[in-house]
Amino acid sequence: MAPFEPAALPELLPVFYRRLFPHGAYGRWLGYGGVEKNYFQLREFSFTLRDDVYVRFQSFGSPQELEKELQRTNPYKIDIGAVYSHRPNQHNTVHLGAFQPVEKELVFDIDMTDYDDVRTCCSSADICSKCWTLMTIAVRVIDRALVEDLGMKHRLWVYSGRRGVHCWVCDDAVRKWSPALRAAAVEYLSLVKGGAETVKKVNLSEPVHPFIRRSVNVVEKYFEAYALQGQDILGSPERWDKVLALVPEEQRELLQTEFPKKRDSVQRWELLKGRMERTRRAAANGKGTACYADWEIMLQYCFPRLDINVSKGIGHLLKSPFSVHPKTGRISVPLDLQRLDDFDPFAVPTISSLCQELDAAGDDAEQEDSEETEPKRRMRDYRRTQLAPYVKAFEQFLEEMEHARRGERLRRSDLQGEF
Amino acid sequence: MEFSSRARHLRLAGDRREPYPHSLQFYQEPPTESISLVEFESFAVDRLRLLKVVENLGVSYVKSGDVYKTKLEAELRRLKFPYRALAEDDYDARRKDHISHFILRLAYCQSEELRRWFLQQEMDLFRYRFHELTDGLRQKFLDHVNLSFEAISEDLKNELANELYMSTPGLSMTKVKEQMFYKVGLSDAVDLFRARRVFIKDGFAFVPVKDIDAIVLNNYRKNLSKALALTARSLPSIQSDERLQPLLNHLSHSYVGPDYSVQKNTGKIALEHIDALSVKSFPLCMRQLHKALRENHHLRHGGRMQYGLFLKGIGLTLEQALEFWKKEFIKGKVDADKFDKGYAYSIRHNYGKEGKRTDYTPYSCMKIIMSNPPSQGDYHGCPFRHSDPELLKQKLQSYKVPPSGVTQILELVKGMHYQLACQKYFELTHDVDDIGFSLNHPNQYFAESQRILSGGREVKKEPNHLGNSQQKINSQESMNSNSTPTTSNMTTDAELEGLEAYFTED
Repeated sequence: MAPFEPAALPELLPVFYRRLFPHGAYGRWLGYGGVEKNYFQLREFSFTLRDDVYVRFQSFGSPQELEKELQRTNPYKIDIGAVYSHRPNQHNTVHLGAFQPVEKELVFDIDMTDYDDVRTCCSSADICSKCWTLMTIAVRVIDRALVEDLGMKHRLWVYSGRRGVHCWVCDDAVRKWSPALRAAAVEYLSLVKGGAETVKKVNLSEPVHPFIRRSVNVVEKYFEAYALQGQDILGSPERWDKVLALVPEEQRELLQTEFPKKRDSVQRWELLKGRMERTRRAAANGKGTACYADWEIMLQYCFPRLDINVSKGIGHLLKSPFSVHPKTGRISVPLDLQRLDDFDPFAVPTISSLCQELDAAGDDAEQEDSEETEPKRRMRDYRRTQLAPYVKAFEQFLEEMEHARRGERLRRSDLQGEF
Repeated sequence: MEFSSRARHLRLAGDRREPYPHSLQFYQEPPTESISLVEFESFAVDRLRLLKVVENLGVSYVKSGDVYKTKLEAELRRLKFPYRALAEDDYDARRKDHISHFILRLAYCQSEELRRWFLQQEMDLFRYRFHELTDGLRQKFLDHVNLSFEAISEDLKNELANELYMSTPGLSMTKVKEQMFYKVGLSDAVDLFRARRVFIKDGFAFVPVKDIDAIVLNNYRKNLSKALALTARSLPSIQSDERLQPLLNHLSHSYVGPDYSVQKNTGKIALEHIDALSVKSFPLCMRQLHKALRENHHLRHGGRMQYGLFLKGIGLTLEQALEFWKKEFIKGKVDADKFDKGYAYSIRHNYGKEGKRTDYTPYSCMKIIMSNPPSQGDYHGCPFRHSDPELLKQKLQSYKVPPSGVTQILELVKGMHYQLACQKYFELTHDVDDIGFSLNHPNQYFAESQRILSGGREVKKEPNHLGNSQQKINSQESMNSNSTPTTSNMTTDAELEGLEAYFTED
């Protein structure tokens, strides 16, 4: 497979939007079962076209209209915005102040660059298999909290296409959340605080909230492989000094003396962790104060870092699932939570690899039935490519939502005594 | 009025035999009865006084402390508002509470800043009164406003005991086992859940009874904020309502105290003393203006007005004022003739010797803070409000205010408590612990300062809140007119009706 060249996008995008983009499923998603009138029509989309031309407040009368427009303009990037009070493409005709965003999915954006202070392998836009684990941990920590603590059901996790992941929470009630509530959720989920000037970004004290405890449990599962082996954070004096800076002075000296005597990061961590656990046991028996430095270190190195601005505003636009990343060519594909640990961002299909697959498959499929309808052919098309499992995952997500919707409808009609 | 017409209204109200069943309310229904203009104004002014006390106390004392509570209760009694959760009939006070709240909504919905101030004080007042309720009355009140949250079963509580203990700061395990916990939706417990001060599971927060009031308060704030926004939409009609306009304008900029237009100490200030006085006894705004005048030998119109009237208020006679300004301006670019022709006229105007012959009153803090903000080249305004905090900090440091004091002042400024910041400045520069009065007027600052410096004042224990609060509202130069409405202008039977339209959704 030839590597992706951004210059090839103008050729590849028309093929993508005609034969690969899952328009049907996409429309099913954003229509939300047609329960609310005009939900799709009031949704804002924004497109980034060739030469960085950016158009906002696009809206469409139906998924079919959207499909036609995508095939006509072949945008480099698609963003999804809020459902507004009026059709976004008519917002100029509306009295100023009356045009307001009304609803939107609760979204999260986790970006690898926000971890630059704790990555040794890469920085800024680069990622590698070593640091990708951070995203795995982030998804696991956040998703657990979304489900268990916040009671959310319909979460769509998506690979952003380059260096991060997005989450779209689609529950009916959550789409109606106010900016204040969204901001509160982000705050609840935030533990790493401080910028470049802050050395110690996580500070814990007793009593430790169950959220923190549970999050540490998740991080712990990955910590040895990721931090001690992969990133080797205690591998050299230079590296372990950074870690020890997060330990209170009373404990630091001893560790400083003992560390050189140990063989590797794993051993050194055992020592550090052991000491901290000892303080906690003593404190439980009334002697001294409990120290959580081991947890604090794990969290500072691994706990997810969210951008509150992405989640807070109802009108905030976010890259759409199944959009192409213009720099990497990778498709923003849904993540299968059952196989999260095996996800490899470098194995995600690119628009060029998909088109090449179509070309190859096209030779076999000369038996085209001329009566076949366009959508059916498209279904066969993406099925012949690596995009297939991802569309399947997306459809499963949709089915769960539709199932829940049916259940809710039944419950309501039962309550009202309808037969 | 008053008794007979009230009785009439009560009878007409018919089935609402108990319009005010609780001492506390959410102010959800606007008053529908007709209100006399006298009551309208006096109720509103009293509530305004109350809210200012709430503001003052809130910054000076811990809100849950005994001092705060005692002082606030005293003020509520004095102003005849409901002061305790009396189960017995407290009809008049509750009615006053109800009506005055809605009137102030009309006045305070008008700008973002006013709304924010009003919301903050009303919330603090509500919080205090809610805490004063007994458990029984509290439950009754919650039921009344449809905020009955579901208490969780003992079984569930035992199951979750450990998590509840870990999530709820300030609760020992025993308390967890004793107290009731309520299952509350996330949107009702936003403040608790964002700070992880509560246990949440499956989209619900498990709130102990002691935190339920935070939730009630949150609800109250949401409702009031929405209501203010709604009322603001009626602003154009409110502002063109001729009955209301003079009263409301007066209120939202109101200064309720002496106006310093009558000087008992006229002529007692010598011009040579002004420089020293500006350092010792002038509030920061006037000190700044004086310094700028000395340095530039000029002040622009806004500065001349603010400073000139202040000087009049401290006792400068017209002759002194003319001499003072002329001497300074001549050092600059103005020659004597030009001064006599132009600036002298407006000084005489200020003293009521020209034109309309109105004796202008010195500006109150409220007026200085809220109107006519300074631009480049101006030195008027309130430094706590209008100066960039960094510059303010430098200035205070250069005036030898101790660093801890500077920090305190800046904190108050950040919280937009400009007059309190000035009070703190007074305390620091006069080396007193408690300013002993509620600062509302630059001339008041001067008068009090002089009293201290001349040894004529004992440290007061009880802050005298609003000067001569028993007097009727004095003239406060409103922005538009020079004549001021006083209660004696209203006929006692004039009544206001139909105000509820401003509070409801159309």
